[in-house]
Amino acid sequence: MLELLSFGDSGWGDDLLKGAIITVQLALCSVGLGFSAGLLLAMIKLSRFRILRWTAEAYTLFVRGVPEFLILLLVFFGSEQIINTSLAAMGFAVTVAVPKFAAAVAGLSMIFAAYSCEVFRGAYLAVPSGQMEAAESVGMTRMQGFLHIRMPQLWRFAIPGLGNLWMVMLKDTSLAAVIALDELLRVAKVAGEATSNPLLFFVTAGLIYLALTALSDIVRDKAEKSAQKGMASS
Amino acid sequence: MSVYQTAKYAISDAACSVLSPVTPGSFGEFCPRFIDGFFVTVELLILSCSMGLVIAIAVAFARLSSNIFISKASFVYSYIFRGTPLLVQLWIAYFGFGSLGAEKLGLFWPLFKEGWTIGVIVLTLNTGAYVSEILRGGLVNVPKGQMEAAVATGMSWFQSMFHIMLPQAFKIAWPAYGNEVVLLMKGSALVSTITVLDLMGQTRTVFSRSYDLDVYAYSAVLYLLLAGTITVLFKFGENRMKTD
Repeated sequence: MLELLSFGDSGWGDDLLKGAIITVQLALCSVGLGFSAGLLLAMIKLSRFRILRWTAEAYTLFVRGVPEFLILLLVFFGSEQIINTSLAAMGFAVTVAVPKFAAAVAGLSMIFAAYSCEVFRGAYLAVPSGQMEAAESVGMTRMQGFLHIRMPQLWRFAIPGLGNLWMVMLKDTSLAAVIALDELLRVAKVAGEATSNPLLFFVTAGLIYLALTALSDIVRDKAEKSAQKGMASS
Repeated sequence: MSVYQTAKYAISDAACSVLSPVTPGSFGEFCPRFIDGFFVTVELLILSCSMGLVIAIAVAFARLSSNIFISKASFVYSYIFRGTPLLVQLWIAYFGFGSLGAEKLGLFWPLFKEGWTIGVIVLTLNTGAYVSEILRGGLVNVPKGQMEAAVATGMSWFQSMFHIMLPQAFKIAWPAYGNEVVLLMKGSALVSTITVLDLMGQTRTVFSRSYDLDVYAYSAVLYLLLAGTITVLFKFGENRMKTD
């Protein structure tokens, strides 16, 4: 039975590995994009402009209250419709197919942005504001104070939350299997159907996910430790 | 037809007759489907939430047990369910175990035949793992002296756990538990991939017929309503706990 998992033409081992690589790529791209968008959202939420703030709040409220699965499908089907109708409106008689990978990254990073902006905001507020006043009183500009005083400490508060969100994202990439993107779970499904041994392949996929999260766990612990370096342990 | 079924249809009819005139046609046409799916999602949520809580309490106790085998086993359980995607768990159960057929599964076959029962089981086990972790965090944050004091006054281990430790652990863990219930509600949408016609399942069915993206928006509104209700209920509970 295990020869089904071997590499090469006879087995599905290499296909599963490729799927796992796509899974990791998907997670990395979504986190990268979502990270930047999350920072931007956090800045908006901390800004003075009420309308911007409310818009950002409404966005996070929406993403946090609606299933990830629904968001992914909405982005997948919606992006194509929006692009094609706007192309038609501009007079181009072509229909564009949005690549599945791009749609999945867009959907997942939208989710990551909504959750990470709360982490960033919490971390920003966790740095005592007296420190910023102190920075200003020694003659630093606000920008200098932000870069040299607030930023380095911000990570210390943000890293545990971001680590959790990375794990969530890694697991949420499996949703892309439903839009037939050839990531790990979808490969396992196809392999299971082709060999009529779905249990073996789904369990294997599960174990690969488990290995990925276990690895992330170790990296997160290391990152948390290094972020706490030099701090009095409480 | 049971009383519950009749009540459900009555509510569905009433809701749709009120909603249809004030909502766009694409909603009104499929309104009973949305309401029906909404009910299925709520049922899944209530069932898996309550059974998951029982499992979570048992597992949280097991994690704190001095018996190494019991504490390790419960750790492995929660690690596996928290370390793999819910979708994988659902598919292992439905397509994986389900494919073994009636002969190999024997007594368990009735459980694996239906997407709905698998959905309830997997959601229960999944949320049980997450909530056990939340509860454990609450339990270790209750001062140990309280347990010792309870035992010293003559309470048994179970009495002190249920009367002294757990209520306080719950109070600490309450906000995190509320978040987990919302996450479970969102996760329950995945049962639509194993043929369950919950809100998401109905939405996808309607979408595959009409190819009208609005149906996803309507469904999103209903999910938001559910998430809002859960949040409000938990806030209410939090305020009640504060008063004492």
